[in-house]
Amino acid sequence: MRRPTILLVLPLLAGLAACSGSQPAPASGSGAASPASGGAQLNGAGATFPAPLYTKWVAEYGKVAPNVQINYQPLGSGAGIRQLTNRTVFFGASDQPMTDEQLKAAPGKVLHLPTVLGAVVPIYNIPGITTELRFTGPLLAGIVLGKLTKWNDPAIAKLNPGVTLPDMAITVVHRSDGSGTTFIWTDFLSKVSPEFKSTVGADASVRWPTGVGGKGSEGLTGMVRQTPGSFGYVELLYALQNKITYGAVQNSSGEFVRASIDAVSAAAASAAPAMPADFRVSITNPPGKDAYPIASFTWLLLYEDPGDPARARALVDFVRWALKDGRSFARDLGYAPVPDNVLEMEMRALDTIKVQ
Amino acid sequence: MSERRFNFRTDEALFRGGTGLFAVLLIVIVGAIGFELYRQSILSINEFGWQFWQTDVWDPVAGEFGARPFIWGTLYSSILALLISTPIALGIAIYISELSPTWMQRPLVFLTELLAAIPSIVYGLWGIFVLVPVVRQLQVATPDWMRSLPFFTGPPLGVGMLSAALILAIMVIPFSSSVAREVLRSVPQAQREAAYALGATRWEAIRMALFYARTGIIGAIMLGFGRALGETMAVTMVIGNSPRITWSLFAPQYTMAAVLANEFAEAASELYLHALVEIGFVLFIITLIVNAISRAFIWSMGRQRKPRAALRTAAARASA
Repeated sequence: MRRPTILLVLPLLAGLAACSGSQPAPASGSGAASPASGGAQLNGAGATFPAPLYTKWVAEYGKVAPNVQINYQPLGSGAGIRQLTNRTVFFGASDQPMTDEQLKAAPGKVLHLPTVLGAVVPIYNIPGITTELRFTGPLLAGIVLGKLTKWNDPAIAKLNPGVTLPDMAITVVHRSDGSGTTFIWTDFLSKVSPEFKSTVGADASVRWPTGVGGKGSEGLTGMVRQTPGSFGYVELLYALQNKITYGAVQNSSGEFVRASIDAVSAAAASAAPAMPADFRVSITNPPGKDAYPIASFTWLLLYEDPGDPARARALVDFVRWALKDGRSFARDLGYAPVPDNVLEMEMRALDTIKVQ
Repeated sequence: MSERRFNFRTDEALFRGGTGLFAVLLIVIVGAIGFELYRQSILSINEFGWQFWQTDVWDPVAGEFGARPFIWGTLYSSILALLISTPIALGIAIYISELSPTWMQRPLVFLTELLAAIPSIVYGLWGIFVLVPVVRQLQVATPDWMRSLPFFTGPPLGVGMLSAALILAIMVIPFSSSVAREVLRSVPQAQREAAYALGATRWEAIRMALFYARTGIIGAIMLGFGRALGETMAVTMVIGNSPRITWSLFAPQYTMAAVLANEFAEAASELYLHALVEIGFVLFIITLIVNAISRAFIWSMGRQRKPRAALRTAAARASA
């Protein structure tokens, strides 16, 4: 009975010591910071939508600059903004731009840099219908608000001549988890429907007037696939990967556009002339004949003065490489890359980051 | 010899101190969790006060937060799950400990414990792809006279309270039945032998054992209830995630744990974040209350005089 008492107490003391003593090891950054000789550790966190691309970028950049260690944690846009504000990460990422209040709450000036674009497509499950349906913005808002309750509603039938729509109730499915997808979707609906804007509004989570919530893209798709008469929305990328039929949406020029990587890049290009200097722009429902209307940038968030010159330089080098050389990976993975005119603006913005 | 005794005494003190420290640590941890939840939700507590418990609106865009539909959904789904799982769990426990042939015991125990080892995300996916379609078929087949009852209103969506309660029940069964089985096994053999000696039938002897083990069995059920209250992933995948208060089993509803898991990552505004943490705080308080009630229940049962009905009938038959 002698030894066990000691053995019981020791792990506790060790545990207490570990709790109080652990501090993240400071990153060692050498002054010379060409891409190949950084030796810096960069931690980032944020949006989940571009995470596969960012992971790819990090892996590929590891071959270009083996000394720079980059960790990206896809915790969600809200968490990314929070951690950036608390300076627990060196860079953040978000599917929606920071609000004025959030910028004010941050301890330094934050730059937004668009990396790629996301688009959201309407999906549906109507027994007997495999063709691609057409929607207008107000029609989508009417369905989501619960105003249109039947698939054979004259408003839907008029847009889709030649399709025999059944007398079936529409079950609206939305994302229950906070998501950039929901933000893009509600941002678009708010632009095309004043009623949607005043009763629901745009955010990553909103108060839905009707319908059921599925968790994650896979949960939503599962519900749509199994519920006859259901209607929902997913990322274009997810729809393409899973071969889900989706509808075409009328853009502001009156054209019905089926979402594709090119149609999404077209939306970005047409929004570029009106791009504000801080890149915080919503490009849903943009002008342009070929533009797909439900699209948005996703942003990297960087401090203008990151405070640590060596790491700042490593970060700027990485972002410059990712935006220029990393574009081919974006296309391979199915993301719509940022158009050239926006890219040039971003390169100029990157120069303003303090690396000295 | 004397040195040995001295060591023995310090060992005693060390052992007592060490284990006591762990016990105190537990209290400190619970207190720290409660305090931290309170601290992180202070904005929302100041803004909404008691209204938080009484409002139905959950609107992140407008910054209005009320937890009532989530409290309702959590309690309703857990109680339904308990109603479904308790008879099944007790049946399993009684069969394994009292009635089954020995060769069946091991496989049965293994299988019920296997249910407990399945991750909840797997239950959730199984729920979406297998359970929900079956529930929808049931809902479609519901006769019209039943639909006029408040429990069966609404369109047949499949997802909703019924699916959530069923999946929770399945998840809770292994916990309740394992503990109930252990409790039944701890009933002294002498009790059963005494019952048989008085001429009790098998059923009467089992009732004796059940009565003897009643506090432990209530504890087993409450353990399941606690698990049902906090279950997140499987529930959120089948409950429909729609904050509303209704008796309808067909309607999509929402639970506290589910809204936390769903909205935490993307919550950017401070008030929103604090409102979410307050949901966690409310769940913490409700769990404490539920546990306190079950403790009080068990305690009051322990004070009751033992009803002797079962024994009396057995004795009467023996003397006849």
